Amino acid sequence: MVSNVSPASLPRPRVPWAVVGVTPFMIFAVLFLILPTLFLVVGAFQANDGGFTLANLGKLWTPTILSSYWISIKVSVASAVIGAAIGAFIAYAAVSGGLPRWIRPTIMTFSGVASQFAGVPLAFAFLATLGRQGLVTLFLSSLFGINIYSQGFNLLSFWGLTLTYLYFQIPLMVLIVTPAIEGLRKEWREAATILGASTWQYWRHIAGPVLLPSFLGATLLLFANSFGAIATAYALTGSSLNIVTILLYAQIRGDVLHDQNLGYAIAFGMIVITGLSNLCYILLRVRSERWLK
Amino acid sequence: MKTDRLGHWLAILIGMLYFLVPLAATFEFSLRKLRGVYSFEAYRIVLADPQFQSSFTFSIGLAVVTIVFGMAIIVPMAYFVELRLRKLRPFIEFVTLLPLVVPAIVIVFGYLRLYNSSSVLPLTNSSLGTNFLLTCGYVTLALPYMYRSIETGLRSIDVRTLTEAAESLGASSATIIWRVILPNIRSAMLSGAFLTFAIVIGEFTFASLLNRPAFGPYLQLIGANRAYEPAALAVMAFMITWACMGIIQVISRNAVAARH
Repeated sequence: MVSNVSPASLPRPRVPWAVVGVTPFMIFAVLFLILPTLFLVVGAFQANDGGFTLANLGKLWTPTILSSYWISIKVSVASAVIGAAIGAFIAYAAVSGGLPRWIRPTIMTFSGVASQFAGVPLAFAFLATLGRQGLVTLFLSSLFGINIYSQGFNLLSFWGLTLTYLYFQIPLMVLIVTPAIEGLRKEWREAATILGASTWQYWRHIAGPVLLPSFLGATLLLFANSFGAIATAYALTGSSLNIVTILLYAQIRGDVLHDQNLGYAIAFGMIVITGLSNLCYILLRVRSERWLK
Repeated sequence: MKTDRLGHWLAILIGMLYFLVPLAATFEFSLRKLRGVYSFEAYRIVLADPQFQSSFTFSIGLAVVTIVFGMAIIVPMAYFVELRLRKLRPFIEFVTLLPLVVPAIVIVFGYLRLYNSSSVLPLTNSSLGTNFLLTCGYVTLALPYMYRSIETGLRSIDVRTLTEAAESLGASSATIIWRVILPNIRSAMLSGAFLTFAIVIGEFTFASLLNRPAFGPYLQLIGANRAYEPAALAVMAFMITWACMGIIQVISRNAVAARH
């Protein structure tokens, strides 16, 4: 550092240091986050000769691609909605009291771990649990004589994947929604009770409306979280379950669709879907923060 | 109130079961390698596999580089944004949330198109360049979490007063960050670092599509070819995640205790 710094030389030129400090991050963000995304978005609207076209997006309307989007959306909606409902209930049970004090920190720590336990190992864990030789599968057939596979269950299916995703969706919901539930003040309940409200009325007119934006927002976040996931599904089902991330993976690997720009269009479609759900999440969060300070 | 509490217990119990049963099942499964007896044979085979050792060390190295590189660009940025460039904040918020909006597979697709061998910046031409690209990918993956924890750390200390105090003693900006700010946000940085480690160590999408010999693709390969070893690997992966999260808990508890 230059040693001309003395109290007398204040005010020193301040802005350059700040700019120098921020620049590496800005360059990084542009090169490795913004440009790659823009490249695909632009590519989705480009014909092979470089001109503008909507044909790539039009080509998304084929049965294979539409069904892959549809399965992805179904799995994401199911795992988000079920995960949000169960997660919120567990969070409420942990927060609202009546249970021993150690329960809450235990649940929080466990949720932190389980929400990060995703990807390939999660698929292994569920294969060992509900696969054809899994512990629960064998347990059910030896104890109750129920063979879940002959009953139509298959881990490598829509419900199998949803069940697996719930393993990180539920704890993620617990983590996100707990602060909102904590924000419910005791006084509100007391005031409602004094005014003669029943438990149902309290939930219908006070707690419900206050929590609703956080709850919906968190659900959208869970949706985006599972929509972009691939590792678990790929390790679980190989390419037998045709979700959109696996389709895109195959396209990148071997250009299975024989059309570069169609790949961009698939990626663009994914950005639109996760982007919309995140946008709604942000709007809902702004709304919920009005109440939960 | 009594039935209320019963419902709460039931919710917690079912939740616990849902999370503990697969863990128990995975552990039990991992012990079944030898017919008829429980043994740690699957673990022994995995640990002795040279490919396991090389991919695991590769991913640990990547995680460390990702953490150092990420911190090196995020900490100065977060510090100056908090101190002087507040009007940049909305933009920074947007950029740091972007990785949650754009799925990893889309980002890596963009990399492969932008930095392939026929582009202006052909990073994928050499393994060093590809490793760098992979590191950058991991920094983007970890960006929301790293930035959030550093920002929380910076907000919990009085950045402005600390900076002015150090400046009036003649410290330069670099000295201030290195010797005043960093020690004060150490626990926030450590939390971010361990979370990043947990994310990077078994990551599959980036490593697989960039063709790097990392732990994630190795896991996938074993999963496709072996029966009991994957369960052993899942148990190990779970213990790594558990260790990272446990360390974060301890760090943040100590930080809270130190502040009081």
